[in-house]
Amino acid sequence: MSDVVEKTLSALPSLLSLDSQAGAGKLSPSSKLGNLIKGITELTSKHEEETLIKKELESIKEQVASPNTTMRQMKEIMVRAIYCEMLGYQASFSYIHAIKLAQQGSVLEKRVGYLAVSLFLNETDEFLLLLVNTVLKDLQSTNLIEVCMALTVVSQMFPKDMIPAILPVVEEKLTHPKEIIRRKAVLALYKFYLIAPNQVQHIHSKFRKALCDKDPGVMTASLHIYLQLIKENPESYKDLTGSMVTILRQVVGGKLPLDFNYHSVPAPWLQIQLLRILAYLGKEDQGTSEMMYDVLEESLRRAEMNHNITYAILFECVKTIYTVHPKSQLLEKAAECIGNFVLSPKINLKYLGLKALTYVVQQDANLALPHQMTIIECLDHSDVIIKRETLELLFRITNAQNVTVIVEKMLEFLRLTYNVWFIQTMNSVFSLGGDVMQPDIPNNFLRLLAEGVDNVEDRQLRLFAVDSYVSLLQGETAKLPQRFLQVISWVLGEYSYLREEESDPGSVMRLLARLLDQRHTSTETRSWVLGAMTKLCSSPVYTAIYWQNLHCYSTERHWLYKTKCLSSLFKLYLTTLIFEVDLIISCLSWLWCCFIPQVDSSLSFLDGYVSDALAAGAAPYKSPHQRQEDLVQEKALSLEPYGLSLPVSLSSCSITDRRSPTLLSMSSGLSGNSTELSHQEGSTTLKLEGVKRVWGKDGYLAQQQSAGETPTPLVELPSPLLSPQSPPSQKPSSGLEPDQEKRQLASSLFVGLGSHNSVCLVRLPSTVWLFIKNCQSANQSNVVKSLFKPFYINSCQSALHNLLDSTTVASEGGAATTTTPQQTSQRTLDHTTSNGNPHVEGTEQRVEAGGPLSLIRGNGMVAVVPPRDLPLTSHLPAELSGLARSEFTPLCSDQDSSLALSACRVYKEDALVLLVFISNNNDSALHQMVLQLTCKELEVYIFQTGLNNKVPLFFSEIPVGRSRNQDRNTRVSSNRDLEKPRIFCESFRNFCSPPLTVSTGDYGKMWLSFSHDLKQNLRLVTTEHQEPLTATLDALKGKLHLHVVDIIGSEGIVACRLLQGPGQGQPCLLHCRVHADSLAVWLRSPVPELPDSLLYHCQKALTET
Amino acid sequence: MQFMLLFSRQGKLRLQKWYVPLSDKEKKKITRELVQTVLARKPKMCSFLEWRDLKVVYKRYASLYFCCAIENQDNELITLEIIHRYVELLDKYFGSVCELDIIFNFEKAYFILDEFLLGGEAQDTSKKNVLKAIEQADLLAEENRPRQFFFSLLS
Repeated sequence: MSDVVEKTLSALPSLLSLDSQAGAGKLSPSSKLGNLIKGITELTSKHEEETLIKKELESIKEQVASPNTTMRQMKEIMVRAIYCEMLGYQASFSYIHAIKLAQQGSVLEKRVGYLAVSLFLNETDEFLLLLVNTVLKDLQSTNLIEVCMALTVVSQMFPKDMIPAILPVVEEKLTHPKEIIRRKAVLALYKFYLIAPNQVQHIHSKFRKALCDKDPGVMTASLHIYLQLIKENPESYKDLTGSMVTILRQVVGGKLPLDFNYHSVPAPWLQIQLLRILAYLGKEDQGTSEMMYDVLEESLRRAEMNHNITYAILFECVKTIYTVHPKSQLLEKAAECIGNFVLSPKINLKYLGLKALTYVVQQDANLALPHQMTIIECLDHSDVIIKRETLELLFRITNAQNVTVIVEKMLEFLRLTYNVWFIQTMNSVFSLGGDVMQPDIPNNFLRLLAEGVDNVEDRQLRLFAVDSYVSLLQGETAKLPQRFLQVISWVLGEYSYLREEESDPGSVMRLLARLLDQRHTSTETRSWVLGAMTKLCSSPVYTAIYWQNLHCYSTERHWLYKTKCLSSLFKLYLTTLIFEVDLIISCLSWLWCCFIPQVDSSLSFLDGYVSDALAAGAAPYKSPHQRQEDLVQEKALSLEPYGLSLPVSLSSCSITDRRSPTLLSMSSGLSGNSTELSHQEGSTTLKLEGVKRVWGKDGYLAQQQSAGETPTPLVELPSPLLSPQSPPSQKPSSGLEPDQEKRQLASSLFVGLGSHNSVCLVRLPSTVWLFIKNCQSANQSNVVKSLFKPFYINSCQSALHNLLDSTTVASEGGAATTTTPQQTSQRTLDHTTSNGNPHVEGTEQRVEAGGPLSLIRGNGMVAVVPPRDLPLTSHLPAELSGLARSEFTPLCSDQDSSLALSACRVYKEDALVLLVFISNNNDSALHQMVLQLTCKELEVYIFQTGLNNKVPLFFSEIPVGRSRNQDRNTRVSSNRDLEKPRIFCESFRNFCSPPLTVSTGDYGKMWLSFSHDLKQNLRLVTTEHQEPLTATLDALKGKLHLHVVDIIGSEGIVACRLLQGPGQGQPCLLHCRVHADSLAVWLRSPVPELPDSLLYHCQKALTET
Repeated sequence: MQFMLLFSRQGKLRLQKWYVPLSDKEKKKITRELVQTVLARKPKMCSFLEWRDLKVVYKRYASLYFCCAIENQDNELITLEIIHRYVELLDKYFGSVCELDIIFNFEKAYFILDEFLLGGEAQDTSKKNVLKAIEQADLLAEENRPRQFFFSLLS
């Protein structure tokens, strides 16, 4: 249907613009309104329209005043008057005639009269009193149409004081045989209730009757009243819950006449009304809420996603579910529903999804987590409304950890919208934040001021900034931070001209000069001030003041001043030439005495200063543009109005906290293997991309590019320009950067939500190393002698995080050991405490456990504290509990025994299982842990259970089966029949075994539905007889048991799933594409941390190959 | 609902219905600002605006913008459907409605609106009922005044 409308409507503009005759076709030639409208369409200017309408109004005035005008003519006149009013011209003289028309006209005229009244008048208008009698008369009319008209106007506007006059008649209509009258009467009463609740208090029982009306339309109308009543006083209407639930159930069940369907959805307006009522009734009332769970669930279920209207119902449903007393099962379903909104490509639904999220995160902030990436995307949405809603959402999930990031995002938004507020806020931010704030904040601020076309808005913003700074400087400046002063000077220098000259023109100059005189002003700030004054001196009045100051400060020794003075002088020279002749004379004489006698091309007069400076450790001379680069780097604020902060802004998006193995390896590749750099064209180009972005200004770009082409590795020259702020690790291949930025943003925004590490995209670098060693001196038939050697417990404090425990269990070769520890597997563990104090002291304990009896040897102290809250037996995996096993041997623990390690062996038929228990006896939860098992000759399977428990349990399996390194095994176990058992160090089995087998089609579907993704480049494995991609994927398959779904050309797709742990059975998908000589991998999974860990293992697996 | 505005792409007001008492000055100011804001929005943007302390829901049908202001707790999507239902009603009544129909017969458009929304609340959402009511009124009117329909639509 809407298509038809749109099609028809779309033909309209051409009709209108081409010829108004087309429109006139519908009107009689004599129609005055038609002529008026036609006349107006033909006009070209607002002025013409005014003249025409004035003329029209004159003629209307004349006609209404004439006694000869019939009611029929009056009706036509009234329509014209309405038209004029709509165009914005007052026709107040016609109001009284509109009332007259309603009073005296026949039905059609009355209708227009009432319409005119309702359009012209307010309910406060005194004219309305004249209408009361007419309304009363019409209400009592036998003509239904007249009654309807009277009720319609009453429900739109009626003088409050006159309600009693007509109330009995309206009440009477509640029992009228016609449902349309009843319905309008109910709505009229609703209106009365809204404007004068006391007047209708006595007829509440009649509302109930309306609620039970046999006509659904009347019942729907009565819900308006009930919504209002219940909203104001839910307690008094709890008894209605049952009825409301029943009505909703009937509606949802399709029991209403088909007339009430809207696009085949049963009475959506009614449904929404009922849902809103239920929300008010069930709020904070468990008993009442329980009555409605079923029907809410049914509403959710019935509202299939096919039309906007069902989304409207779903939205209301979700809101209700989250308002009433919670029921977890319903909440889950509702949360799922929100996902449909948020992920919808339709912008309106996305908006509502954000809104729903905003609503529900107040109850559970974690609900925002699955939609992190969508939220991040919405933050950058081009639609301000979406952006604002996203900020609203972020505001709701603000906590102590992400508050700075969120506030920054909000400010970013505000600076685009509200000028005055923005400047004021930034002023206080600068004054308070001052010198501790990131340099890019003032930088961005200045850029924002400088950017943009020179339109009125921009000028206003600048002018406001200038004005506010001038008033700031007039006050006490001693407390203002240096950075703020710098910002102020820059802005004043650039935009003071915007101030109207009626005020004292030299005031800005004098204020700046005062800054120069103040002792607390730093050297750097002074140079900024001087720069500003230089800009200002284009006006002659300023120049005199400037001149004095320049004179004073040119005698200063500081080189910054000197350079500044020199450049200032040059500019001054040029400008004064234009303005004031007498100043030039003094200027030149000053120049003469300062510089002329000393002029020599080599600037030898500076030699002494230069050598002094060099001796004092200053940097050697650099050409001006180099220096400017330096300034940009060092001072963070540039003197240039544009191109302010290219490098700084890049450094701000560095991947500082993120533990990204690839990035680290890249950086080491750049610094360590620098000689190879020039030979590997591929990697060079990659890195140069990064370099280009940092040094993309002036000549540097060209230099870097030439480095890529010529064998001379220019890049490696120790250049002073490479500031320490931009280590190579900040230059990942350009394609990855935005995504990582987003991820990083996500992790900073969503930090502090959720209780376990799934939220923590930024890993804390803390580890527990566990080395298992194979000892040759096996004394029993079964084999293994594991030495658990030192258990290093270090503690270090981090400023950001409460505590990072780096607990290391290292291994050392025993007497008979020939092996050396070799790292084979790694898992990450963070041990954080809630109280913020390190609870593991920096002591070193040595614990050895070996042999079947778990001898504890060693020369150091032995701290064996069996974990409290034993028995550990209860933590034995079910499949191992029935088997023969050794005693639980406590291995070691830290000093206050908050963390303890114990082990036991279980003898399986085909393997020896070594169980290592890590018990956390503290109250705080372990958030992450890294467990590293190292063994050269044994292979260790690690199974992990219960990461969420307070006692995480790892156990390793030592298979007695065939071994891979036959030769070595025979060597070490020569005196036994039994083969040397090997501990497989394959922690990744934990994640990805058994492989997830999916078809390409399923893969595609799954891919789209996963929200957590990660992109990274990996190195390719090269073999002689295989394609690099196939070889790499095979290697991954072999090592990690991933399932290679398909390989097409240079792309391959791989799948796996998590075997154990909190997201057990959850899949992770990889999409690999060969790009140059690296493998671009894109991982996606429903589990937030899975891509990250999988990526890590992939990297590791590939490095080992 | 607080008010409903219909305006053309050129910013010309075609219909205005206010359900809250406001002075003429305020109405004009709101109309001007809102028309400006809505016209400045791009087609891919969402149909909702947070404007002053109101929520504005708008939708464009060909060259006409339908624009409703609702209270904060109201449902935006259902408001969009109210607009759509209104267009459907107009379409049914005029038979393939176009902007010209609304320009030249704006009082009819008002009658339909009044029959559909009463005092800012959806009164009767059944298409059939609304049109029946309108037709009855029209019919009665014609009985009372044989011929001389206000606009000779057929000429």
